[in-house]
Amino acid sequence: MANFNLKINGQSHQVEVDEDTPLLWVLRDHLGLVGTKYSCGIAQCGACTVHVNGEAMFSCTMPVSSVGSDEVTTIEGLSKDGNHPVQKAWDEVDVAQCGYCQAGQIMTAAAFLKKNPKPTTDEIENAMNRNICRCGTYHKIREAVAMAAKTK
Amino acid sequence: MATTIKTNRRDFLKIAATATGGLLIGFGWSSCDTPKVQVLSTEEVLAKAHNFNSFLSISPDGDIVIYSPNPELGQNIITSFPMIVADELDADWKKVRVLQAPLDNQRFERQLTGGSGAMPHSWERLRKAGASAKYLLLSAAAAKLEVPQEELYAEESMIYHKNSKKKISYGELVMDAAALEIPEEVPLKDPKDFKLIGTPVKNVKNKEMFTGQPLYGLDVYKDGMVNAMIQRAPFGMKIKSVDDAAARSVKGVLDVVVFKNNVAVVGSTTWPLMKAKRMLKIEYEPDGAVESTFDHDRLFAEMLDAKTAQIMRQDGDVDAAFKNAAQVITAEYQCPFLPHAPMEPQNFFAHVKEDSAELIGPTQTPDRARMETARLLGIPVENITVDITRLGGGFGRRLMADFVVEAAELSKILDKPVKVTWSREDDNTGGGYRPAVRYRFSAALDEAGNMIGYKLRGAGMNAGNTTRENNFPSGAVPNVLIENVNHRSTVTTNAWRAPITNFLAYAEQSFLDEVALAAKKDPVAFRLELLKKAKNEPVGQLGYDVDRMIGVVEGAAERANWGKNANVKQGFSVYFSHRSYVAQVADIEMENDQPVLKRITAVTDCGVVVHPTGADHQVRGGIVDGMGHAMFGNLTFENGMPKQRNFDSYRLIRMKEVPEVNVHYLQTPFEPTGLGEPALPPTGGAIANAIYAATGQRLRAQPFIEQKEYSSLNLQIKRA
Ligand code: FES
Ligand code: FES
Repeated sequence: MANFNLKINGQSHQVEVDEDTPLLWVLRDHLGLVGTKYSCGIAQCGACTVHVNGEAMFSCTMPVSSVGSDEVTTIEGLSKDGNHPVQKAWDEVDVAQCGYCQAGQIMTAAAFLKKNPKPTTDEIENAMNRNICRCGTYHKIREAVAMAAKTK
Repeated sequence: MATTIKTNRRDFLKIAATATGGLLIGFGWSSCDTPKVQVLSTEEVLAKAHNFNSFLSISPDGDIVIYSPNPELGQNIITSFPMIVADELDADWKKVRVLQAPLDNQRFERQLTGGSGAMPHSWERLRKAGASAKYLLLSAAAAKLEVPQEELYAEESMIYHKNSKKKISYGELVMDAAALEIPEEVPLKDPKDFKLIGTPVKNVKNKEMFTGQPLYGLDVYKDGMVNAMIQRAPFGMKIKSVDDAAARSVKGVLDVVVFKNNVAVVGSTTWPLMKAKRMLKIEYEPDGAVESTFDHDRLFAEMLDAKTAQIMRQDGDVDAAFKNAAQVITAEYQCPFLPHAPMEPQNFFAHVKEDSAELIGPTQTPDRARMETARLLGIPVENITVDITRLGGGFGRRLMADFVVEAAELSKILDKPVKVTWSREDDNTGGGYRPAVRYRFSAALDEAGNMIGYKLRGAGMNAGNTTRENNFPSGAVPNVLIENVNHRSTVTTNAWRAPITNFLAYAEQSFLDEVALAAKKDPVAFRLELLKKAKNEPVGQLGYDVDRMIGVVEGAAERANWGKNANVKQGFSVYFSHRSYVAQVADIEMENDQPVLKRITAVTDCGVVVHPTGADHQVRGGIVDGMGHAMFGNLTFENGMPKQRNFDSYRLIRMKEVPEVNVHYLQTPFEPTGLGEPALPPTGGAIANAIYAATGQRLRAQPFIEQKEYSSLNLQIKRA
C-alpha cells in the first residue's frame, strides 16, 4: 500500500491503495466517480476512457502509480453542467441506447476533437474505432462527433 | 378517428386528496384487485419516489410524475411509455418527470423486458391511463368554468374553452378532479392528433448518462457493503479441492467462501479481488459430460442423421414430393454458441437479513429474481424488495436470475450487504449462451421450378425447438416436414436477442436463395411467388400475416432498387419475428476489384411507430448486432471451458466495420409491435446472399470470417 496524491477534475485527492491498482478502480471504488465504466479491463473497449493531460487513456490498465501529478479528467469533470459541445451533441443526436459505453465514447471524442477540430468522416471513424458499443450506436456516434465539431 | 374505450375500473386507482391540501391523482397502469388510495402530498410524491407504486400523478403545481415499470436496457421504454401517457393526457412534457418503478406486482403486470413484448402489452393500457386522467380534468373544468364539457379542449396541461377566453391549468383542477367518479368509457385520441407519439422525443436520461451519474448496477455502493467476485466452475465440472492460501494473502481480501460450485473472494474494493481470484488454486472433477467443440460437431452430425426426431409440422406427402421432384437441393447451416456480452458485466447487490432481503441491480426479470431468491433462502416473497437499476445492455442474459440468487446466497453466508461483480471473463464464461445449432434443409422443385416439398431438421444444444414451424415458407409449400432434435448439453443456454430466429433466419433465408437460384428465379420474385401461394391457397396453419410479409418484401425491393444496377451485388432477406416484419437488402459494390459491403436497407412493418428515435436505434442496433455476430461471433469450448473470454479474442463489431444503414417503415395502421429484436434476424442472410451474388461463395456457417472460403473473398467490410 502506498499514498497517492491525484489531481482529478481540478481537485487533489489522497488515496491509499496498492500501486498496481488501475486508475479505473481508484476512481470508482475509492473516489465515488462511477461515470468511468468497467467493461473489459484489458484496454479493448474504451468504456473506461479518461483524459490524462488531455489525452484519451484507458484507465483500466493504467496503474495509479503511473499517474503521478498528471491532470486526470473524468466524465464528471468534462464540463460544469453537461454543456461541453460533445455532451450537447450527444444529447441533440440522442446517441445512447443502454448508455453504458457512452461516457467513454464522449471522452474519446472530446480529446480527439481538441486535437483535430475539423475532422473528416474517416478521421472520426479512426479515432472512435477504439471504443466498442455493444448496442450498435455507431452511426449516431459518428453523427454526434461531426455535429460537435461544427458547433464548437 | 377517435375511439371510445371501456375503462376497466380496476385499472385505475381512486383519487385522493390529502388533509394538507397537497394531492395526487393516481392511475395504476394495470389491473389490480384491490385499488389502494394513495394519499400523498406533492413533497411526499417526490420524496417517496421509490416507495410507492405505479402512478401518473399530478400535483397542484402541475408537476406530473410518471412511473416506468419495465427494466430499461437501451430500448428507451423509459421515454416511450411516458410519452404515450402524456400524449393522451395532453400533458406539458416539460413538466413530466419519469421515474423507474421498483418491482411491484400488485400494480404492474409483465414487469419485464424481453421478447419485444412491452409495447404490444402496454400500448392500450398506457393510453387509457392518460385519457382517463384527462377526462376527469375536463369534467372538473366544465364544472368550475360552468361550461359544457364538449366545449373544452386540453393542451399542454391547460384546459381551454373554445368560445371564450376561459382557461384553467391541470394543477388547479386536481382537487376537484379528485372528487369525481372514474367514467365507464373514455375517448382515446384520433392518432392524427398525437402530439408526442411519433415524434423524436429525447431520451429522458440523457443528462444523467452523459455526465456520468450513477445509474447502473455496478454503480451501486451502499454503507457497510463488501465486494465479491466469484470463480465459477467449467461446464460439467465440480469443485474437488480449493487452495485459497495465496488468494487470502492479497491485501484487501477479507474472506474466501466456497458455496455450491462457487469460490467467492470477498473484500472492501474490487481490484484486490481481481488479483486474488487469479491466485485461487481450484481443482475440478467431472460432474457430467465435459464437452468440447469437437464433441459438439460429432453430436450435430449424429442428430442430423438420427432415425427419429420430434415432428414439429407435417403437410401433405413429403416423401412423394421428393420422389417426384425434378430437382432436389440440400444444404446444412451451422451457427456457434454466443455469449451475450453486454457492456456492463453481470452484477447484483444483495442484503439478506433474518427474514427479508433487499436486492438491487440490473435485471430484465425482477419478479423471477425475487421468486428464485425467495425459494432458495426460504424468505417470504413479500419481504423481498427489488430495485431495478438501468441495465448496461441485456440481450436476454439478464432474463436469468443466477447472478441475483448467488449474490443473495453469499450475502446470507457473510451476513453482510454484498455487491457481486463479474469480470468480463466471468461474463463470457458464465453460461446462459445462445445455443449452437445446425440445420439441414432440403427442397424439392418440379419442372417449372415450383417448390413442391420442403424439409427442415434443426439440431440444437439445449436449444428447445430450433424451428419456427409455422413461419414462412410453411403455408406456401404443399408438402412440408419440419423436425427438431435437441441435445442436453452441460453448457447452459438461454434466450439471446431474437431467440432461435437470430440464426434460423440466416440459415433459412440463405437456403431459400439457393433454392431460388436452382429454380432460376430472382430471389425476390421467388419469395413473392411463394407468398402469393400462401395467400391464395394456404397450406395448414400460418403463423404470419401474408399481406404484411408481402408489404415489406416489395417495400425493401423498391427502396433498395433491387436488381436495377448491375454494379451492385445484392442479397435479400425477409423475416417475421416478435410480431414485426422486416425485409433487408445488403449491397456489395466492387471497388478496385475488391467487393465492399456498402449498405443495408431495411423496411419494417411494426405498426404505428411510437418513438421514431427509439425505433431507429433498435433497427440499426439490430442490424449492427446481426452483422457483427454473423461476421465475428464465436464461442468455442475445450473441456467445458469457453476459449474466447474477453474482447481480445471474442470480437465485437466496431465503428469502421459498420456499413451505411437505411431505415424505412411501412405506414400501417396496426397497433405498435416491439422492435428490440425483429431487425436482427434478417441481417445475416442478407449479407450471406450478397456475398454469394458478388463472389459465388456460399457461406453456410457463422462466423463468416472463420469459414475457409472467406479469406479468398477479399471482402472489405469497412465503409469505403
Ligand atoms: S474497460 Fe478499459 S478498455 Fe475496456
Ligand atoms: S449504448 Fe449500450 S453499449 Fe453503447
